[in-house]
Amino acid sequence: MSKMNAAIIGPGNIGSDLMLKILSRGDRINLVLMSGIDLTSEGLVRAKELGIDISDKGVEAVLERNDIDLVFDCTSAYVHKVNGPKLKERGIVAIDLTPAALGPYCVPAVNMDDVIDEDNLNLITCGGQATIPIVAAINKVADVEYAEIIATVGSKSIGPGTRQNIDEFTVTTRNALIQVGGADDARAINIINPAEPPILMRNTIYCLVKDNDIEKIKKSVDQMVENIKSYVPGYTLKVPPIIDGNKVTTMIEVEGEGQFLPKYAGNLDIITAAALGMAERIAENRK
Amino acid sequence: MKKVRLVDATLRDGMHAVSHQLSPEDMYEIAKGLNDAGVDTIEVGHGDGLAGSTVQYGFAKASDEEYLKAVVSAVTDTKVSVLLIPGIGTKKDLKKAADIGIKVVRVATHCTEADTAEQHIKYAKELGLEAIGFLMMSHMISKDEILEQAKLFESYGADAVYVTDSSGAMLPDEVTEKISHVVKNISVPVGFHSHNNLGLAVGNSLAAFEAGASYIDGTAKGMGAGAGNTQTEVLAAVFNKAEVETGIDLYKIMDVAEDIIGPKLVRPQIIDKPALTIGWAGVYGSFLLFAKREAKKYGLDPREVLIGVSELKAVGGQEDLIIEVAYNLAKEKGLL
Repeated sequence: MSKMNAAIIGPGNIGSDLMLKILSRGDRINLVLMSGIDLTSEGLVRAKELGIDISDKGVEAVLERNDIDLVFDCTSAYVHKVNGPKLKERGIVAIDLTPAALGPYCVPAVNMDDVIDEDNLNLITCGGQATIPIVAAINKVADVEYAEIIATVGSKSIGPGTRQNIDEFTVTTRNALIQVGGADDARAINIINPAEPPILMRNTIYCLVKDNDIEKIKKSVDQMVENIKSYVPGYTLKVPPIIDGNKVTTMIEVEGEGQFLPKYAGNLDIITAAALGMAERIAENRK
Repeated sequence: MKKVRLVDATLRDGMHAVSHQLSPEDMYEIAKGLNDAGVDTIEVGHGDGLAGSTVQYGFAKASDEEYLKAVVSAVTDTKVSVLLIPGIGTKKDLKKAADIGIKVVRVATHCTEADTAEQHIKYAKELGLEAIGFLMMSHMISKDEILEQAKLFESYGADAVYVTDSSGAMLPDEVTEKISHVVKNISVPVGFHSHNNLGLAVGNSLAAFEAGASYIDGTAKGMGAGAGNTQTEVLAAVFNKAEVETGIDLYKIMDVAEDIIGPKLVRPQIIDKPALTIGWAGVYGSFLLFAKREAKKYGLDPREVLIGVSELKAVGGQEDLIIEVAYNLAKEKGLL
């Protein structure tokens, strides 16, 4: 089987979790480089121990080599805005785990086939990965006029980058609920809960629908949940769709795989799982 | 004579009491009354602040823009404030409000999450606004933890920091301890915002002032989330007796509360069983009407729903958890 050579830029929590996922179940992705800004950082030290090349030159380390086909950018929106065009120029596929959104939004369970040939794919936000599939499933059978999602995450599972860019989280998620989820209008709300022990990521999805056939809605949502479980094993329906007039309320919870990140950090886990899921499909498509 | 800055939040926190259904005309009338009574600052908008009008918190009767325009046009001396909760409102929403003419923004976070407010505080200062940090649910953490978060706000450039008793769950000694600790250790003014679920709002506010808080919140007629807020007109009278200058005309503020706001209330602003449960268990005040609604749906006691939410350590804004708790209780009891 031919493989694509990949690099991760940004060896923080997300990058480190993604690295372990690729090493344990990346059939078509061969991780060759982890690049950051500090050779003594925990993430780079760990990558080196696992036999992966490391560098402190960020995107430049990728551009210096000629063997990399695909990059997972786990830095920040600000940094990806610089990295994205450089990778594009070199014909390297970028999977963007920041909210920069230079390329089209992608949710593997919803629109993978539409965007598979793009050279820059954006993974929206953790809240987007968790909720957009449900909106899409409901929209398919009930025509969603307005979607609103509440993403509540444990305080410990949300890092300084997201905290300083909470507006980007809500705005990007909202836009993707419309573009990928298919809602006519949308809102996204983010709540951080510091309870100990940390809560699992929980999401509430409200949809105002035109066609309120609850049986059809439930069936569509159940199918979607099964589909997501194929790449996010800890994804569960907490409260199945409840109908109240034209309002459909659905709640889901995400438990992480507990591989690198603790189990409560399902919000981080869902985005790394989606990134690997997409990369595998791209590699399969290219063979 | 000692001075205190009274901030009246009737047109923001009071919106919780009427499920955000005041009209811009109602707001104009109330704002004019508060302005004429000499209130220093009034806070305006959906109960959950800028962009709070949602399924999660209830849709308001009008848009932020309509409310702000009405209120800004009604005041001459009173400063107009908005509330911004990061994760709900954004910098873009703040810019729109600033363009309409507000002067103050209070950026509110759960008491342990001040670092989500950095970008909003800094942006508010760029816009030339007075920027105030607002630490909600401050009953949940220790005085040292509150201080650490207050210092974060101060480091972002906040002009003042509030210790906020969103649940009306604090006792006077606790207020004194927490406020004095923050006042001693930061260099910007400290404020206190209280709710009346344990009947302590006015007393706690006085304790906060004596402990060094220089900004105190109230709402006229006590209109607000849960059992309501500290009554502005009562605060004005109490401070007057204590020889503390508020700038408020006592008779005029009484008139606003009773003659203008009174008829607009849709339920008595009292400490009923669920409101008392909120204060006793330390649950976010605006959960009151949502818990009543969900409890009614399945024939549950609102108190068991509120206690269930409290056991899950809900923070402000988690109204959806009420739906889940009520659903699970109903399921357990075979009521679905």
